[in-house]
Amino acid sequence: MTNEITPEYKKAVLTVLYQLADDDYLFSYRGSEWLGLAPHIEEDVAFSSITQDTMGHAKLYYTLLEELGEGSADSLAQLRPKEERCNSLLVERPNGEGYYKEAPNYDWGYAVARNYIYTTAKKAKIDALKASSYAPIREVAVKISTELYYHQMHWTTWFTQLCTATEESRSRMMKALQEVIKDAGDLLSFGKSVKHITACELIESEVAIKERWLAIVTPTFEAVEIAIPVLPDPIINGRDGQHTDDLTSAIETMSEVYRSDLAASW
Amino acid sequence: MSVVTQLSEQELQEQFEARIAAGEKIEVDDWMPEEYRLALIKLISMHGISEIMGALPEKEWVPKAPTLYRKLGIMAKVQDEMGHGQLLLRVAEDLLKPYGKNRGDLMIDLFEGRLKFHNVFHMETKSWGDAGLIGWLVDGSAIISQTNMLGSSYGPYARALQRICAEEVFHAQHGEAIIMALVEGTPEQRALVQDALNRWWESLLFFFGPASKDTTGTSKQDITIKYKIRVQTNEELRQSFLSKYIPRIQSIGLTVPDPTLHFDEAQNKWIYQEPNWEIFKKIQRNEGPCSQERLALRRSSYENNAWVREALTALVN
Repeated sequence: MTNEITPEYKKAVLTVLYQLADDDYLFSYRGSEWLGLAPHIEEDVAFSSITQDTMGHAKLYYTLLEELGEGSADSLAQLRPKEERCNSLLVERPNGEGYYKEAPNYDWGYAVARNYIYTTAKKAKIDALKASSYAPIREVAVKISTELYYHQMHWTTWFTQLCTATEESRSRMMKALQEVIKDAGDLLSFGKSVKHITACELIESEVAIKERWLAIVTPTFEAVEIAIPVLPDPIINGRDGQHTDDLTSAIETMSEVYRSDLAASW
Repeated sequence: MSVVTQLSEQELQEQFEARIAAGEKIEVDDWMPEEYRLALIKLISMHGISEIMGALPEKEWVPKAPTLYRKLGIMAKVQDEMGHGQLLLRVAEDLLKPYGKNRGDLMIDLFEGRLKFHNVFHMETKSWGDAGLIGWLVDGSAIISQTNMLGSSYGPYARALQRICAEEVFHAQHGEAIIMALVEGTPEQRALVQDALNRWWESLLFFFGPASKDTTGTSKQDITIKYKIRVQTNEELRQSFLSKYIPRIQSIGLTVPDPTLHFDEAQNKWIYQEPNWEIFKKIQRNEGPCSQERLALRRSSYENNAWVREALTALVN
């Protein structure tokens, strides 16, 4: 199948890869801002390990894009303007008030809720990608699965514990979950190219993936006795290049050194 | 206290000293003189908390690392440092048990200035060149000072250091790779490294501490050498650093910002311009360029996460 791909098929592959790459890239960036600020040292080690894995996943996707002639993986990660990015709204939201270097006022409840929802959604997608018609995506999905297993376990543990520990922690988690779900409308969306992507059998339909996601989260929500959230319609759809200014400032920070000399080798 | 107990106490002390002299390892549940325990607590808790505070200056460059490859490298490195902190604080916690203190108390000690973090982590970082230089020369210095304690008489510390040193070697290589890419790059990239070296030179001399307590009024090196927790003096370590790194710094075309620096064959040692030890003393009082800022970062995360600690405690109880 991959030996001779039609331009139409290739277009669908690129769309899927950009969404996956940009999601993990931004998610990892938000994680790296937390470095050194987690509730305890063991968590700092675990969280930064997950963040590092996730950057590795983004690199896998950007490398596939590079191999398809889209430009270097680094320039794809660092230089594309906001309008060309395909990440979901959820990952571009800041961790909280304040810049990561000066007086960051980050909420661990929001971090846990976001990481839990993002990771379970990622799990649903990765499982759905294992049957992709495009072999390189299938291979990457299998590779990522082994690490994702631990990420999911980690965030499910935190989510469950904080939802059930104390009255305060439960109420904080309910509030955080609300914030997260409000932004999660485009998380399992493929944007306007959805029909084409599905027709090319690159991934299952949005409906099928949503069902996978529900099957993953249902036991957890039942265990903590919280109603399973309904993913809303997207406020804006990141898959179609609709983004907030938070993404612009994130890209500026991430690419500051790289942009200082594009011809240089770093 | 009865005579019998007094005698046995003395016997214990003699036995302990004999074990140290014979090169035996002391373990956490073994009897040890309080002076030894306190020296270990001070050393290891400071070492552990320094690993954690040391993540903060480098963390500034994690999101900004220029390429995907460098992003992965520096993430792995800083994660290791946090891991070292965790390992060391566990060792310190075991020693603290008889005093009924734990890691939480160490954090409070840090915030209230009773527990210091290493002088090198009070400094400002200004460029990606600094991120490379920290990995190359600060971690290079750490390898020298930690290798000095690899044979420590305290078993748990010696074992932790073995693992830490193995990872630090990787860190120094990571830093060296960043530096090599920069010095072989454009004139501007090269200038980044020279500028970083100029700004960090004094800190690198401070790194190993004063030569003796005459310089700054206090030094715990005598007691740690007496109990075979470490082998070499601060100045011997600094000389090792200079011997190892001056040729490397010069071979890549960088200039050490000290015109007086030279190796004196007759004395068989490096002669260098003494750094301003008054600045060192200020850093020790948490009055360095970024002391308060980094403490504030750590403190605010501790306060912001108070509800999480309460929740976790409730789950255990």
